Amino acid sequence: MKVSVRVNGVGHEHEVEPRTLLVHYLRDVVGLTGTNIGCDTSSCGACTVLIGGESVKSCTVLAVQADGADITTIEGLADGDRLHPVQEAFREHHALQCGYCTPGMVMAAVSLLAENPDPTEAEVREGLEGNLCRCTGYHNIVKAILAAARVPAESAAS
Amino acid sequence: MTAVEVPPRVVGTRLRRREDPALLTGEARFVADLTVPGTLHAAIVRSPVAHARIRSVDLAPALALPGVVAAYTGEDLQGDWAATLPCAWPVTADMKSPAHRPLAVGTVNYVGDAVAVVLAESEYAAHDAAEAVVVDYDPLAAVLDLEDAASDRVLVHEDLGTNVSYTWELSPDPDAVERAFAEAAHTVSGRYVQQRLLPSAMEPRGVLVVPHPFGGDFTVYSATQIPHILRVMLAVTVGVPETSLRVVAPSVGGGFGSKLNVYAEEALALALARKTRKPVRWIEERSEQAVSTIHGRGQIQHIDLAADAGGRITAVRVRLLADMGAYLQLVTPGVPLLGAFLYTGVYDVGAYSFSCTSVFTTKTPTDAYRGAGRPEATYAIERAIDALAREMDLDPAEIRRRNFIPADRFPYDSVAGLVFDSGNYVAALDRCLEIAGYEELRADQARRREEGDPRQIGLGLSSYVEMCGLAPSRVLASLNYSAGGWEAATVRVLPTGKVQVVTGTSPHGQGHETSWSMIAADRLGISPGDVEVLHSDTAVAPYGMDTYGSRSLAVGGTAVYLATERVIDKARRIAAHQLEAAEEDVRLVAGQFQVQGSPDRAMPLAAVAFEAFTAHNLPEGMEPNLEASSHFDPPNFTFPFGTHLAVVEVDTETGAARLLRYVAVDDCGNQINPLIVEGQVHGGIVQGAAQALWEEASYDDDGNLVSTTLADYLVPSAAEVPTFETDSTVTPSPTNPMGVKGVGEAGTIAAAPAVMNAIVDALSTHGVSDIDMPASPQRICRAIQEVRP
Ligand code: FES
Ligand code: FES
Repeated sequence: MKVSVRVNGVGHEHEVEPRTLLVHYLRDVVGLTGTNIGCDTSSCGACTVLIGGESVKSCTVLAVQADGADITTIEGLADGDRLHPVQEAFREHHALQCGYCTPGMVMAAVSLLAENPDPTEAEVREGLEGNLCRCTGYHNIVKAILAAARVPAESAAS
Repeated sequence: MTAVEVPPRVVGTRLRRREDPALLTGEARFVADLTVPGTLHAAIVRSPVAHARIRSVDLAPALALPGVVAAYTGEDLQGDWAATLPCAWPVTADMKSPAHRPLAVGTVNYVGDAVAVVLAESEYAAHDAAEAVVVDYDPLAAVLDLEDAASDRVLVHEDLGTNVSYTWELSPDPDAVERAFAEAAHTVSGRYVQQRLLPSAMEPRGVLVVPHPFGGDFTVYSATQIPHILRVMLAVTVGVPETSLRVVAPSVGGGFGSKLNVYAEEALALALARKTRKPVRWIEERSEQAVSTIHGRGQIQHIDLAADAGGRITAVRVRLLADMGAYLQLVTPGVPLLGAFLYTGVYDVGAYSFSCTSVFTTKTPTDAYRGAGRPEATYAIERAIDALAREMDLDPAEIRRRNFIPADRFPYDSVAGLVFDSGNYVAALDRCLEIAGYEELRADQARRREEGDPRQIGLGLSSYVEMCGLAPSRVLASLNYSAGGWEAATVRVLPTGKVQVVTGTSPHGQGHETSWSMIAADRLGISPGDVEVLHSDTAVAPYGMDTYGSRSLAVGGTAVYLATERVIDKARRIAAHQLEAAEEDVRLVAGQFQVQGSPDRAMPLAAVAFEAFTAHNLPEGMEPNLEASSHFDPPNFTFPFGTHLAVVEVDTETGAARLLRYVAVDDCGNQINPLIVEGQVHGGIVQGAAQALWEEASYDDDGNLVSTTLADYLVPSAAEVPTFETDSTVTPSPTNPMGVKGVGEAGTIAAAPAVMNAIVDALSTHGVSDIDMPASPQRICRAIQEVRP
């Protein structure tokens, strides 16, 4: 079946097996391996991407269901050499260790802050419920997201 | 060693990690991200039954599917192995170890045991084909309960004649133990169950073997913690010359011990790449991982304490029953031994005896999981000392104080035969209580008790010491471990003055590139940005003992330090020659070699490196280039310690337990990068707390693992845990020149007993004295009901 999507601003069109998951399509067909796979029961969130700005676990969607969608993966977040404020905050606050959960965690955080630009700690923790990290104990992830929320809008936008 | 005076500049700062940009942008490459044209994808057919004879395996339906290239049974590959899968730790001379082939032959011994392998042109096709293979099993009885296994009622491996792999004892003076119990004013006994855990690194395992058919060489990319050990072991198991094997650990998504192994799939991928002359790739699925990757813990612990009238512990007696699972993996039998030396904890105890009986069951093999033996030991002694406090009606802080090894007794000869290098246990306890506001918390507890509040709070202390810096090679020899415990490093200054550090450690989240660059830069007086750190590739770093057991900094970091010192020595001789000064007059100050007393006579490191490179004008007899290596074998372990306090609220009506606060004061000696130290502590705490509250790999009566997915096996999310309150004390280690100790496992070691002590404390007025882990609402409710009159 044919699927046509925009990924990080670039158009892609491919023939895929109907059962191809979006995460496999992004990784194996489009060649963007930054989106990771951590489970087979849609429990871990490692595969989180943005579809139309909203976070979606890309292992829960078939590639063909995403036909026509505008997708952002971790590779599309930084502006050239300039990290996105959430990426920057993750680095500043040591919110990653092995980095395997990180692409999904960052995408989830970006979407969380888009919906709620000034969250409380409890809201951040609840908002991240679908994203598991085995390394950091979440302490610094939560700290980083709260810090990113405080970055003035103009510097985040520029 | 030289007396180079370089003011400390970088070491001790919270330098942001150099690893992060690649990981934050998706640029980092994990093994599943690597693609090589023409790769064959492997899928494994696994046993759905716990114990059975294999009657027949029919590969034909799989081979008939599109895209399937080949399929093999265990019988088919019998001739492809030079040896069975390795166990490197035969703890006793008569230890029983079943033959462990990468694919089962004759019988299967646990759900998940590998029976056949399929190779196909795509991952989807390989998985379809694996499902199409038809295996006929003749079921045998499962062996699940440890006590039942020890009785030999049903044997896991008939040919061994017993389920007992070994019994190991450490009993320096049995009479002293007897005496202490005979004379004791108080005794307490505990039976604690260490449930099985799934290590659950977020990156599943995976391996890609790329053959170079005309040279007969292979590159093995594996999600492993141990590329160096893996290379040796694959050479031996698959029968490939070590010189033909290059092992690379690319970015690795966490390990926690689960990637400290030599797995069937790694051996299979290599053997099949040799057979097919094609690249072979296997990527583990999460629900496959639950059975195909080692489990942690799995012990029943009996601990008895004897104490005098003042509550001072006079003897500790421990009996363990340890679950090996169906086979012995790389260090399976050694895990209980790593704990054996620590059951007296942070306390000054005069008499001790330990014995461990390890048994086979029809379950996934166990092996090292974060802490490996040490969390188990700490759990037992910390639970038991709280029981003693309750028996004597003493505060848990007070009973610890009475028993701590005093700060002026270090180095301290422990009754188990170790020399604890340094410590100040009371300082860490005091700091922890101060941060927590212990008195106010006790007052809150008293108030809730008085009011009969259904939501009670409990305070759980855990004071721990661990042995890190694995390991002095001679000690490993005395424990029958088949390798040494040293670590290697090379430091080279390139012609432009940039520095390369080559390390034998293999990081998978610990940030060694950042920390090792700090160590070298600090000594050399240059920016860490000018130091490159190379690792995890046997072609680049030929020697190494890899990363596990909180060893990397204390052993590998020390090797970096020592190699840097050697480079500085040589550079100083070159500089003295160039500056026409006496060697002892030349000092390295902020990256410049200066002649003492005449600061204008100086040479930057880069200029010295260039002289070493051109070799135009070197001291007589000196070889060119600026490079030095160190192979550091530590003279002793290091002994980090600390005290943690968990504050848990227990709803006595619903049984729900909630972690309200968690205070951790750790002492890992001098810190290279406190940012990284704190991160290790945070992650460790959650893993330990998760054992106490949520995680359990449980089997049903037929031997099926029930919790195979992340929906059933409850790895906590951010919503379940609080923000932590951490601090540290600093007691440098005398074991190595940087005074460092290690911190990778501290949180996990301390947290499970802290949380469980808190839950029991919360319910002690209800008469509850023990609850098994994980303390689920059901278990808590049952415990309350059982003691209700
Ligand atoms: S891989 Fe999608 S949720 Fe785990
Ligand atoms: S950083 Fe390793 S899983 Fe999150």
